[in-house]
Amino acid sequence: MTELSMQSTAEPPARPAAPRRSRVLHRAAWIGALCVAALAGCSSTPDAEQSGVQVESRPIGEQGAVKKPVADALPKAPVGQPPISGAPIATDPVSAGKLPAVLTDPKSLLSRRSVYFEYDSNVVRDEFRPMIQAHARFLLDNPKLRITIQGNTDERGSREYNLALGQRRADAVRQVMSVLGVGERQMEPVSLGEERPRATGSTEAAFAENRRADILYDGEDKPPVGK
Amino acid sequence: MLATLVALAGLMLALGTTPARAQLKIEITGAGANQSPIAVVPFAGEDRIAQALTPVIIANLQRSGLFRMIDAQDVRPIPVQPADLRYADFSARGADSVVIGSASPLPDGRVEVRFRLMDVAKQSQLAGFSYMVSPAQLRLTAHRISDAIYERLTGDVGVFSTKITYVERQGNRFELKIADADGANAQTVLASSEPIISPKWSPDGTRLAYVSFERKKPIIYVQSLTNGSRTVLANFRGSNSAPAWSPDGNRLAVVLTRDGPSQVYLIDADGSNVQRLTKSSAIDTEPAFTPDGRFILFTSDRGGSPQIYRVPVSGGDPERLTFEGTYNVSPRPSPDGRSFTFVQRSGGRFNVAVQDFATRQVQVLTDTAVDESPSFAPNSRIILYATEVRGRGILAAVSSDGRVRQRLSAGSNDVREPAWGPLLKAQ
Repeated sequence: MTELSMQSTAEPPARPAAPRRSRVLHRAAWIGALCVAALAGCSSTPDAEQSGVQVESRPIGEQGAVKKPVADALPKAPVGQPPISGAPIATDPVSAGKLPAVLTDPKSLLSRRSVYFEYDSNVVRDEFRPMIQAHARFLLDNPKLRITIQGNTDERGSREYNLALGQRRADAVRQVMSVLGVGERQMEPVSLGEERPRATGSTEAAFAENRRADILYDGEDKPPVGK
Repeated sequence: MLATLVALAGLMLALGTTPARAQLKIEITGAGANQSPIAVVPFAGEDRIAQALTPVIIANLQRSGLFRMIDAQDVRPIPVQPADLRYADFSARGADSVVIGSASPLPDGRVEVRFRLMDVAKQSQLAGFSYMVSPAQLRLTAHRISDAIYERLTGDVGVFSTKITYVERQGNRFELKIADADGANAQTVLASSEPIISPKWSPDGTRLAYVSFERKKPIIYVQSLTNGSRTVLANFRGSNSAPAWSPDGNRLAVVLTRDGPSQVYLIDADGSNVQRLTKSSAIDTEPAFTPDGRFILFTSDRGGSPQIYRVPVSGGDPERLTFEGTYNVSPRPSPDGRSFTFVQRSGGRFNVAVQDFATRQVQVLTDTAVDESPSFAPNSRIILYATEVRGRGILAAVSSDGRVRQRLSAGSNDVREPAWGPLLKAQ
């Protein structure tokens, strides 16, 4: 809890060359101790009932005083992903809630999940087509499986505009899959914009790493970092 | 386990309500064209109550850039009534006006605060109010006194008693916060291990709409600030983002991708009645209602580069508003309806600019490099935005004429996504 403090603008402005954001991101490092989720007034909404994500919302009193959590405030228990149920599939049986190991096998194309884009582009380059084709085949063979395609951008510019640019990248991958016969119900293109950069810093290498769409199977928290 | 969690929650809340007072160092870059010289004499008795008022008032007036503060800390005896004032002293110090007052604890625990704003040359009262408040309301009272002084001397509406919202990031923890307009009294509205962006105040100041990534995709929520409850406003297939309230608070403009491209839709505040407003195959995003509720400004790259457009809320052909440069984004109209602020990229730098609706004249207001998310104060005089200093996200504000600048930082944490709250009726 840090109070905002007013500061002089007599300090020199940031140089353009200075690193823009040093975002140290450890997606798995959930802040367990703070999982209070004092959502007394929130029980009617199905928020954040996803494993690993913690969200707390707080009422703010009329005079700006924070009300204490009421006695019956309950921490929200993490709820796992809905298990994937379905009949065994001949080619690659999928048991409830458990994803096939081949998806994370480094020797399999299916462990590769990232499609990289040129600056200001949403064109899927040919080098990524074999990987996308492998996933399309796998989805066709496993109709109970479902993917989210997460588009990402580098950090330059408006957050909301970047969200839309990331969506365009996710949609470009979706279109390739669609042409290969994958049904729309098996995939959802979404965008994380610039909000979840894999690479931090303001170098061209970091920007390039973040111009990316990732394929995430339902049940996965994040894609394996394979290229 | 539960007891521990509740205790932890209590600890966090306690920290949130009594934040350590960071050093308040105020210098203004630039100044208003006419700075009014004013002396604020310490209020009699304010050294014996929980929160001294005049330091807050002085900081507020100084930060506005429209006042030159005349030192009056040493005035003894402290004048309480106009009859106590020796005007010649203040005239000699160069003050055009002087603020005097008192703070007296009452038997019921409340405090009676009285203040007067006096014209030194005319030796007459310009404004005077008394307040009966709880100790917890003393800071707000200082802001209201600041507003009264500001309004009487500038003719504009004061915004010292309004609030701001922003997102603070510390490592992997994201907190949606609200604070007084001077950054004090920060409180956490929502804490999450996933990003939160685009918070927007409802016009009555009781709710925030925002975008949360807690379910691995952007979903729009509306959360009450009075009881903490929240509802999903939009969770359609694809991404849901960029909420913007209509002036009457009944509807929002949002950006959905449920039909493919990012497009602007209108949705009732309860999440019903979704209607597509823009119909392009390009990106249409960052909608913002004009204060008359008739138009929506938005960013679109339908012309090949992101530019700002305006479309009637009833539908129709969008009109392009920006033509300078190849990257103009994040439009927000001024509450007086005369202009809009936005971010313009020029030579690799992103700056806050303002464009007049009538003359189409553009003025770039900042000299920082990576400005984002500008929004007007409710009096249209100040623009709050996010920028960076030495790689760290901070909030900054610039007067709409570009003359006065200030910064708000939160220690080592990253601060971003600010939005200025509405004017609220006096409590």
